[in-house]
Amino acid sequence: MPKTIRKIIVDRYMYVLLLPVLLNFIIFHYIPMWGLQIAFKDLDIIKGIAASPWVGFKHFNEFFHSYYFWQLIRNTLLINVYLLVFGFPAPIILALLLNEIKNKLFTKTIQTVVFLPYFISIVVVVGMIKNMLSPESGIVNVLITSFGGEPIAFLTEPKWFRAIYTMMDIWQSTGFTAIIYIAAIMGIDSDIYEAAEIDGAGRFGQMWHVTLPGIKQTIILLLILKLGNILNVGWQEIILLSNSLTAEVADVIQTYVYFKGLLNADYSFATAVGAFQSAIGFIVIVIANRLAKKYSDTYLW
Amino acid sequence: MRSSSRTSPAGDAIVRGLIVAALLVIAALCIYPVLYTFSVSISASVAVASNEVVLWPIGFSTTGYKLALEHPNFLQSYANSIFYTFVGTLYSLILTIFAAYVLARKGLIGRNFFMFMIAFTMLFHGGLIPYVLVVKDLGLLDTRAALIIPGAVAVYLLIIMRTVFQSMPESMEEAAKIDGAGDLRILFQIVIPLNRPVIATVALFYAVSRWNDFFSGLIFLTEKDLFPLQLIVRDLVVSMSDNFVKDAMQTREYGGMTPMGLRCAVIFLSMLPLLVTYPFLQKYFVKGVMIGAIKG
Repeated sequence: MPKTIRKIIVDRYMYVLLLPVLLNFIIFHYIPMWGLQIAFKDLDIIKGIAASPWVGFKHFNEFFHSYYFWQLIRNTLLINVYLLVFGFPAPIILALLLNEIKNKLFTKTIQTVVFLPYFISIVVVVGMIKNMLSPESGIVNVLITSFGGEPIAFLTEPKWFRAIYTMMDIWQSTGFTAIIYIAAIMGIDSDIYEAAEIDGAGRFGQMWHVTLPGIKQTIILLLILKLGNILNVGWQEIILLSNSLTAEVADVIQTYVYFKGLLNADYSFATAVGAFQSAIGFIVIVIANRLAKKYSDTYLW
Repeated sequence: MRSSSRTSPAGDAIVRGLIVAALLVIAALCIYPVLYTFSVSISASVAVASNEVVLWPIGFSTTGYKLALEHPNFLQSYANSIFYTFVGTLYSLILTIFAAYVLARKGLIGRNFFMFMIAFTMLFHGGLIPYVLVVKDLGLLDTRAALIIPGAVAVYLLIIMRTVFQSMPESMEEAAKIDGAGDLRILFQIVIPLNRPVIATVALFYAVSRWNDFFSGLIFLTEKDLFPLQLIVRDLVVSMSDNFVKDAMQTREYGGMTPMGLRCAVIFLSMLPLLVTYPFLQKYFVKGVMIGAIKG
């Protein structure tokens, strides 16, 4: 024991350095976790948390039985399915394509251009989308009408929402994620490629039998992370992109928490909804990680 | 050299040509919205109003920009964002460097515990409402501090920095210790100067995320004077709840202006710092992502 204490004293300045960060996490991450208990109470702002009465699962029940519950879940899951089906392979394909080109200048330039959208703020991206899809003056509708078609009200018709959201997400994130895959591809041993070539594999054969298996670990890791977020959807984007007309398809759990909780000050209820989502997200990522452990040798922890 | 042995050279050239074409199309799609926005913002109002602008500017006009700069909150929010970005990045950077240095030290007691504590927050969180309530109880709502202090440290950036610090040869630290240097001196005179690239990269990531941050302003601020740029942009371009444009269009001076022209000017102005610095800084970002990818 004394040895440990001695070491702590010797290292004391290290702990001092660490203190601000620890405080940051305790105050802004762990205290809110303690604040989760609001979900089980009827919070009275004036009385404070401690004096507010316990109500058990009342808010959770209210949420589960409300009309919104299934709609929100459906919206969240559907959007995530779209993102998984279209958004997940996109950076992989991009990385594979880039890998096929020998000219470094070309690939570096393409990479630079494709990486750019990631750095554009979400407000600006949605702004550009609203500009380009607007019924009267949006460039997309201008092109449609010049070919003789009728303008489409992309932003106010529910059936377009998921597609637009997915495309927006793909536009912004593909370049960034592709870099992760490119880094992974660089780590593949070139000997394996030579062996495949000797065995008669052509360009696509090598892609299928060498490159893809070579980045399998990265793919699984990113897939776990994405699945762990299955109940999270970019709610800021949704708030910006949707409106009352598309709300039935666009509203997800987190936008509901935002509107009900922050704007309507229905604190306890909204906390319960948020707690539900955090809990499910946590369970899902634990399960996904366990599955990954079992079926491959890549996992998060 | 990976040449295919099955397809003919001509066939392979076609495939390569298709791949190049596909990549060019993808790149074009990435750039087009930015280019289009710029073109509209400097085109003559008449051309914009009649939907003639498709790719390149038609005519020339700076009305959109003039109007944007006259907006009561636009310039103020621009300055606000510069402040939040600069101070916020500095604050985040200092905290992250300190924590990375401490957590990289192998023999430190409690190191794994602290690391777990920090990493756990990536998996589970208390939700939006408790988070806002905490900030509220600290009296930080509607203050500039609210956009700087909460959420100052990004765990993945901390992990990246820690990994790089850990890969420094121990012999250096030991030599310094023999010479009598304390922990703080080692940090400031050895660790930081030697790891400038990763520090620069992390700083850049923080800076970009601060500049683009719309979320913090949204939930913590109601005072327009404190708004960061993104919030004003949102009012003008996304929620269109700002009446400035409608009012301006009533005046003779800006009568011919279209809302679209103004919006594009606003958008472009808010992207400008990023677009200008991006080509030079891009390689830092790529490197940062790659380090993160390889570690983990």
